[in-house]
Amino acid sequence: MELFFASRRGVISAGAIIGIIAAVLQKLGNPGNMGLCMACFERDTAGALGFHRVGALQYIRPEILGILLGATLSAVAFKEFRSRGGSSVVVRFILGIFAMIGALVFLGCPWRAFLRLAGGDWNAILGILGLAAGVGIGAVFIRRGYSLGRAHPTAGSLPGWIMPALMLGLLALLVGGFGKLGPEVGDKAAARAPLLLSLAGGLVVGVLAQRSRFCTMGALRDIFIVRDLHLFCGVAAFTVAALLLNVAFGQFHAGWQGQPVAHAEHLWNFLGMTLAGLCFVLAGGCPGRQLILAGEGDNDSGIFVLGMIVGAGVAHNFGLASSPAGHGAFGPAAIAIGIVFSLVVGLTMIQRRRA
Amino acid sequence: MSKRIDARGLSCPQPVVLSAQQVVAGNLDFEIVVDTEVSCENVRRFLSAKGYRIARNEEDDGIVLRANRS
Repeated sequence: MELFFASRRGVISAGAIIGIIAAVLQKLGNPGNMGLCMACFERDTAGALGFHRVGALQYIRPEILGILLGATLSAVAFKEFRSRGGSSVVVRFILGIFAMIGALVFLGCPWRAFLRLAGGDWNAILGILGLAAGVGIGAVFIRRGYSLGRAHPTAGSLPGWIMPALMLGLLALLVGGFGKLGPEVGDKAAARAPLLLSLAGGLVVGVLAQRSRFCTMGALRDIFIVRDLHLFCGVAAFTVAALLLNVAFGQFHAGWQGQPVAHAEHLWNFLGMTLAGLCFVLAGGCPGRQLILAGEGDNDSGIFVLGMIVGAGVAHNFGLASSPAGHGAFGPAAIAIGIVFSLVVGLTMIQRRRA
Repeated sequence: MSKRIDARGLSCPQPVVLSAQQVVAGNLDFEIVVDTEVSCENVRRFLSAKGYRIARNEEDDGIVLRANRS
């Protein structure tokens, strides 16, 4: 199995199964074209913890807990769990905040961008082009020697277990009846699949993504930097599988207007994902990948995930997030600040390499 | 003694970028040290595609990948 998932067929299989799980979770009750979305689900989790006050967006999403814990189980089983960290943590935290702001201007993480495409929401095309633009800019920095510096093994394994423990704590809150403050029905964005099925789906996704290294940002980055299609094949399989199931379930509705939890402002769809893509490439992984790495004991990814959760609070408390009506009042300003920050990080954090 | 490159603790895709620099420089025999299976897989996949043979060796420092193309 170890060798299988490192292969091309392995990442394609994993991507396809994750795509199927996403379409099924939507069928089971998750919001439209949002069977899985790291940004949306971390935002809902942030809301459930009171970090923002949008009534419909308050639910500790079991998928997030499942994905991180699935990665932990898989990493332990395959002896890949290593507690590590210490690489530019504050920069990573801020990148996480801006990644979330960018994603919430678009309304989705890269996983959801591909799921929106697979559901016929053509606005996703602008998002994916924006993502490619952001990743392309980051790729230039990486070629020039951009680095956030080395991570190091921690003294003892405790730090690596904090994120998994945090997820178990959130699970305890959820089972105890906390963490689902919002309405269960009535708002499209509040829709949810049954708790146990969401959790199970997340666990399977976590294991598969941990084994296959599935990464939506890396899929584009590796094309730009080393002309390698390995990860892209996984993302293509993910999208095609979700598309086929969406058609079968009657979940495919082609068009630009009236798409679920989406808006049709091309510029902000594009620029939101440009910022998010730039943050993901500078931090070394898409939000799903960051959750997986956090589950493997990587504290640098853990701080990025926490940054994204805080970013969701920031985005909603300060009117930065978009809604189906369009961009938030201060979304454009936040995008501008975020892009400037990311460019400064990319331009200045250059490792001088000895030849 | 072949050149040894330390890629431990570096995020994706830096270990691959460091390997690519050796390939571009025409280095036919070098070692790259990584500390995660992910980096190991990525470097191996990249260098294999470039025609290198890879020998893996676990050392105290980490996973040493010796790349050779004759």
